[in-house]
Amino acid sequence: MLRQATFLPTFAGWQKAARAALLAETPPDSILWQEIGENQPLLDLAEEPEPAQPARSTVKVPKKFVEVATRVACHADPQRWALLYRVLWRITHGEHQLMEIAVDADIHALAQMDKAIRHDVHKMRAFVRFRTIEHEGETWYVAWFEPAHHIVELNAPFFADRFAQMNWSILTPDRCVHWDGKDLTFTEGVPKSEAPLEDAVEPLWQKYYAHIFNPARVKVHAMTKEMPKRYWKNLPEAQLIPELLRKAPTRVNSMMAKSRASAAVDFHPAPVPESDDWAVVKKAACGCTACPLYKTGTQTVFGEGSWKSELVFIGEQPGDSEDLAGKPFVGPAGQLLDRALADAGIDRQLAYVTNAVKHFKWVPSGKRRLHKTPSPREVAACRPWLEAEMRIVKPKVVVCLGSTAAQAVLGPEVRVLRDRGTFRPSAFCEQTFVTVHPSSLLRAPDEAAREEAYRLFIADLKKVAHKMSAV
Amino acid sequence: MDVAAKLSILADAAKYDASCASSGTEKRNSRDKGIGSTTGAGICHSYTPDGRCVSLLKILLTNYCIYDCLYCINRISSDVPRARFTPDEVVNLTLDFYKRNYIEGLFLSSGIIRNPDYTMEQVVKVARTLRETHQFRGYIHLKTIPEAAPALIAEAGRWADRISINVELPTPEDLDKLAPEKNLGRIRTTMGVIGTRIQEAKAERRESRKAEPFAPAGQSTQMIVGATPTPDRAILEQASSLYKEHRLRRVYYSAFSPIPSASSALPLVAPPLVREHRLYQADWLLRFYGFDVQELTTAAEPDLPLGMDPKLAWALRHPEKFPVDLHTAPRETMLRVPGLGVRNVDRLISVRRWHRVTLADLTRLRVPLKKTLPFVVTADHQPATIGGARWNAAVRPPRQMELFAPEPSVFSGQL
Repeated sequence: MLRQATFLPTFAGWQKAARAALLAETPPDSILWQEIGENQPLLDLAEEPEPAQPARSTVKVPKKFVEVATRVACHADPQRWALLYRVLWRITHGEHQLMEIAVDADIHALAQMDKAIRHDVHKMRAFVRFRTIEHEGETWYVAWFEPAHHIVELNAPFFADRFAQMNWSILTPDRCVHWDGKDLTFTEGVPKSEAPLEDAVEPLWQKYYAHIFNPARVKVHAMTKEMPKRYWKNLPEAQLIPELLRKAPTRVNSMMAKSRASAAVDFHPAPVPESDDWAVVKKAACGCTACPLYKTGTQTVFGEGSWKSELVFIGEQPGDSEDLAGKPFVGPAGQLLDRALADAGIDRQLAYVTNAVKHFKWVPSGKRRLHKTPSPREVAACRPWLEAEMRIVKPKVVVCLGSTAAQAVLGPEVRVLRDRGTFRPSAFCEQTFVTVHPSSLLRAPDEAAREEAYRLFIADLKKVAHKMSAV
Repeated sequence: MDVAAKLSILADAAKYDASCASSGTEKRNSRDKGIGSTTGAGICHSYTPDGRCVSLLKILLTNYCIYDCLYCINRISSDVPRARFTPDEVVNLTLDFYKRNYIEGLFLSSGIIRNPDYTMEQVVKVARTLRETHQFRGYIHLKTIPEAAPALIAEAGRWADRISINVELPTPEDLDKLAPEKNLGRIRTTMGVIGTRIQEAKAERRESRKAEPFAPAGQSTQMIVGATPTPDRAILEQASSLYKEHRLRRVYYSAFSPIPSASSALPLVAPPLVREHRLYQADWLLRFYGFDVQELTTAAEPDLPLGMDPKLAWALRHPEKFPVDLHTAPRETMLRVPGLGVRNVDRLISVRRWHRVTLADLTRLRVPLKKTLPFVVTADHQPATIGGARWNAAVRPPRQMELFAPEPSVFSGQL
């Protein structure tokens, strides 16, 4: 005899009906599962007399079955109730391990449904897009979403956890959920026209989406696999996809063309000869084209002084006067250095003086050539020359004047103002010293500041003089 | 410049970083106050047509940079337009996006302005404001600057779920060539310090929930692939050593992609996406399949083959290990069978306790039979003699098939 089980189409409703059927030992193929609405009376179970002696009093099933069944109950397929009961029946009739057998036809079907629900739940968490409206003086966040299954109630606590301090509603054709900061409430499904049409932040979001996309690596299949087209109509950013794809090849081509055009501006290793003869190395440096600065500088300004010296000063790069003279530190900063060295008791003639970068970098400003700080890449391109100079001179003390020189010698962490006045080891020399560049004194805002800066500079140089007499 | 214009520039500047994960952190919600939650599982809120997910608001605080890393769009010598967000602009953008459910949180990085400490301070300030002022409970990933002061890195770890330092290039020589200011030794030292602190904080949290968390989702890094001729073997060795020594959660591989006004020292070609995909597969083999880095490539062929996945390539080099009997083989042996992923191996181990495994079972588990059958024995299947002509014909994949269309496992990593 066919038994008709009428029940509310929720997990709890099915559970109740299934328990009764199981207690009555009704086999799966003898039940007709009949869903009813919330207001319809339950016909079946209440009216049927309980069997005089139930075959069992409680129904024990593995926890995993309950977990899966709770989710599968939300599936849209009307066959799910019969499938759930069939699995329940088999578990309670000698196949207690059934849930472990993934390849069983019923378990496989159940797993597929479970997977579909988990997928739908996950996609709802991902693709709900709130838009704000003002409602009774308060901001409400309202979203429209179209789930594939009956998952709104299953998923609502997730949104309450996340947006607990906001007022929000998620509208769907199936069920709607609302949160007022305290409670979740559920109402009947509504048409899309109930949902707000726009939001002030959406254009920013679309802008972000368009710009985080890399047109050089188009992988449409990868996108649609995770964001199937059926979701696109409710995703504001998805409206941009056709346009982004259409323009991608042009964008990549123009990017490559621009790169090719600027490829003339380029760097390659400096051609440093292996010789230990200073003159040979200097001659090679005069023809250096390792970085683009050789095009705008007049000439290579190589280091100068005694290459048997025990003391080396390294500056940043030649300036306007040095570029024309072909000698380091001959302009205003160089003259100031001369004066300071004399005041500190150091004979410049006994020192070797050079720069981290050997070409003048400048930008035109009216009729003048304005100094421009060399980029780290230019410093790096020039470093082999500095290395060669140090290899030949083998100084006992190296003084870095200013940040460019200090970083070229000691690495990017060094800070002139923090680290000035102390000796530390570097790749070039055990006693490497950092102080300011003399040109910074020339830039001091007023006479008092200049005098103070000069005083500190002399104090630093005196430490160098002292160290020289010690080593 | 308004926020929209800045967002365009600073999202453009951030898109070459592959990492976007929002998983693996502690569970949080905002039932008491604040905003946001994390469940431990990440959520990808959208996908762009490049196949990458949008999980976090991934932006730079600024793309001004004093460094000159050749592969980087933001290097000082590049002529891209520059912009700079204030910390508050980033905070508001994050909250506005989060409240509309566009994102799981923020991934903040920055060009180096003034000096590493100043930059790191600004980045940390954004995270601190989100966490303290707004009680933001969503996900935060901060890019860390290896040269920044230890106290700043410590504070970054306090606010962030994940922190990362990009290795960028797999060998010190590559770095010297393309990124003169970066130093692999220094990067790895800082990673070591962070790694130790992460482990300590985990232990402290196990003792007491009141202990302060430190980057509970761990640290990750990225390597650019194809900007230098360095072979896969060196890349995987670097990755394996990072996983082992610093317990990194993830190493990301990013196919070098042409950038605006690139230097000609770099290859001006389409990004090597298939190679990137093979590296991810190999990475999965290292982490979940018990492979040693030396097994994945050979000294003679230091690159992963592009035409087949690295596990199949290994199997073809080791016919003596096959066939594998699916009824008796231990888990670690089954994991080495081409076409069998971690989940299916575990399902089969569970199933075989109750009945004999058949071809129909494999079909139901969606095992790619063509790939797997030459290597396994089931109740109703015995493969052709391993190494024989028929076997060879069965195992060699058609050469070109996958070159331009990586199979779906590129995304799951399941082989």
